[in-house]
Amino acid sequence: MTYETARHFADSWGLLSMTVLFIGLIGWTFRKGAKKAHDEAANMIFRDDDNG
Amino acid sequence: MEKLVMRGGVWLFVALLLLLAAAASSDWAFSVHMSIACLAALIAAFASGKGFDFLSQRYPVLSADNASKYDDDLIRFGLIATIFWGLAGFLAGLYIALQLAFPALNLNFEYTTFGRLRPLHTSAVIFAFGGNALIATSFYVVQRTCRARLAFPSLARFVFWGYQLFIVLAATGYLMGVTQSKEYAEPEWYVDLWLTVVWVSYLAVFVGTLMKRKEPHIYVANWFYLSFIITVAMLHLVNNVSLPVSLVGSQSYSAFAGVQSAMTQWWYGHNAVGFFLTAGFLAMMYYFVPKQAERPVYSYRLSIIHFWALIFLYIWAGPHHLHYTALPDWAQTLGMVFSIVLWMPSWGGMINGLMTLNGAWDKIRTDPIIRMMVMSLAFYGMSTFEGPMMSIKAVNSLSHYTDWTIGHVHSGALGWNGMVTFGCLYYLAPRLWGRERLYSLRMVNWHFWLASAGIVFYASAMWVSGIMQGLMWREYGADGYLVYSFVETVDAMFPMYLIRAFGGLLYLTGAIVMTVNIWKTIAGSPLRQEAPMTETPYNPEADRPAVAVPAE
Repeated sequence: MTYETARHFADSWGLLSMTVLFIGLIGWTFRKGAKKAHDEAANMIFRDDDNG
Repeated sequence: MEKLVMRGGVWLFVALLLLLAAAASSDWAFSVHMSIACLAALIAAFASGKGFDFLSQRYPVLSADNASKYDDDLIRFGLIATIFWGLAGFLAGLYIALQLAFPALNLNFEYTTFGRLRPLHTSAVIFAFGGNALIATSFYVVQRTCRARLAFPSLARFVFWGYQLFIVLAATGYLMGVTQSKEYAEPEWYVDLWLTVVWVSYLAVFVGTLMKRKEPHIYVANWFYLSFIITVAMLHLVNNVSLPVSLVGSQSYSAFAGVQSAMTQWWYGHNAVGFFLTAGFLAMMYYFVPKQAERPVYSYRLSIIHFWALIFLYIWAGPHHLHYTALPDWAQTLGMVFSIVLWMPSWGGMINGLMTLNGAWDKIRTDPIIRMMVMSLAFYGMSTFEGPMMSIKAVNSLSHYTDWTIGHVHSGALGWNGMVTFGCLYYLAPRLWGRERLYSLRMVNWHFWLASAGIVFYASAMWVSGIMQGLMWREYGADGYLVYSFVETVDAMFPMYLIRAFGGLLYLTGAIVMTVNIWKTIAGSPLRQEAPMTETPYNPEADRPAVAVPAE
C-alpha cells in the first residue's frame, strides 16, 4: 500500500466510517429509555456505601 | 510451599541475570541501572516469603478469604507514594526555577545541571505523582463501581511496585545523562520495555476487575480510566520504537528520523497530555466530585458525549506543537482545527463537573475539599480555553518557544491535575485508614489558598514574561535589524523568574501542609482543635422574651 492509497482511503471511507461511528455513539445516548438508564448509572455510586 | 519456592526462586534467578548484565555492561550508567534492578529483584524474592502462611500454604493477603472487603492495601501504599513523589517533584521544580534566575545554582556539577534536573522534575510530577495517583484511584474506583475485589491480586502488587522501579530507573537515568531526548519519553529502551511489561499487567488487572463486576453497567469513570490505560500503551509502544546499540548498553537510536520523528514525538506528547493528564484525571473527577458533593453527576448523558468527543478529537491535535516547522502545512492546519474543536468537549466536561454542585453551591463555603475540586475544574476550563487559543497559528507565532507555553502547562498541571489529586487524597485518607475525618479541615483551607495563590503568581509571571519575550524577539528597528539580542530578553525576564519561583514556593508549602495533615490523619492523632468552617452566630443578649419597658 502506497502513501497515496492510504491517504485516499483516509479522506474517503476512513473519514465516513469514523463520522458515522461517532454520530451513532452520540445518538445512542438519546435513545428512548436512555434517561432512566442514565439516572440509574449516575446514582449507582451511592449504593452500598458502608463498603466504600 | 512449592508456590513459595517457585516465587522466590524466579525472583532470585532474575536477580542473577541482572547481576550478570551489570557485570557485562558496556557503560557505567547501564551497570548502575542493572544493579538497582538486581536489588529490586532481591527485595521481591525476600518479600515473596514474607506474606506466606506456612500452615495454610498460601498468601492470606491475596486470597479471597476477606471477600467482603475491598483490596485496599495497595491503594494505601499508592496514596503515600503519590504524596512522596509529589513533594520530590515540586521541590525539583522549585530548584530548577531558581536555577533559571540564578545560574550559579547549577553548581558547576554535571549531575545537577538544568538539562538533567528538568526531565527529573517533569517526570516526577507527571509520571510519579500523577501516575501513582491514577493507579491508586483507578484501583479504588474500579473496585467500588464494579463491587468486586481486584482481579489478579499478585499482579496488581507487581504493577504498583514495578511502576515504582520504573520511576527510580527513569530518575537516576536522567541524573546520569541517560536519555533518548524525546520530551516526556526520555527513558531509554530497557526502561521502556520494563514499563511495557508493567503497563500490560495494569491493563490485565483493570480489565480483569471489570470482567468480574457485579454491576450490569460500567460506570463512566472506568471508561475514562480504560481509555487512559489503552491509549498510553499505544503511544508508548509507537513513540519508543528504537534500536539499542548494544543489548548491555544504555544507548539506542530511534526508528524515525526528521519530520516523521518530530510528528511521532508530538503525536505521543500531546496525547500523553490528552489521555494521561486529561482522560485519567477526568475519571477521578467523575467519581470523586459526585461522591464528595453527595449528589450524582449533573448529566450522565453529557459525560458519555464528553467521553466520545475527547476520544475522537484529541488524537489529531498533536501537530499544533510543530507550527511553522518542516511539517507540511496541511498537517499544521489539521492540528490547529482539531485543537479548536476540542474546546467544546472540554468545556462540556467542565460544566458537567461544576453543575454537579447545582443546588449545593454552599458546599464551596463549608467544605474545603469541594472548594479544591471546584478550583481544579475552573483551571481545567481555563487551560482548555488557553490551549486552543494558543494553537491558532497567528497566536502561536507569538507564543511558541516562549514562557507563555510554560505558564499554560503549569496552569493545567498545578491547577487542574494537582488540585483534583489533592481533593482525592483528602477524600481517600480518612476512608482508607478508617478515621472519623481528616485531622484538620482548616489546614485543607490553608493548602487551598497557598496553592491557588502560588498558581496565580506562577501563571501571571509566565504570561508577562512569555509575551514580552515573544514581542522582543520579533522587534525590528527602522534599519531592518533585530532590536534585541537574545541575552537582552533573558535579562528582561529576571523579575518574572523570581515571581515564578515564589509561586512555586507557595505551591510546595501548600503540599507540605497537606503532608502534615494526612500524616496526622493516618497516625490517628486526635482531631485538631480548631474553629469549624461554618458557624451559626448565637447572641445571648437577644435570646430572651420581649419585656415592656415603661416610658420615661
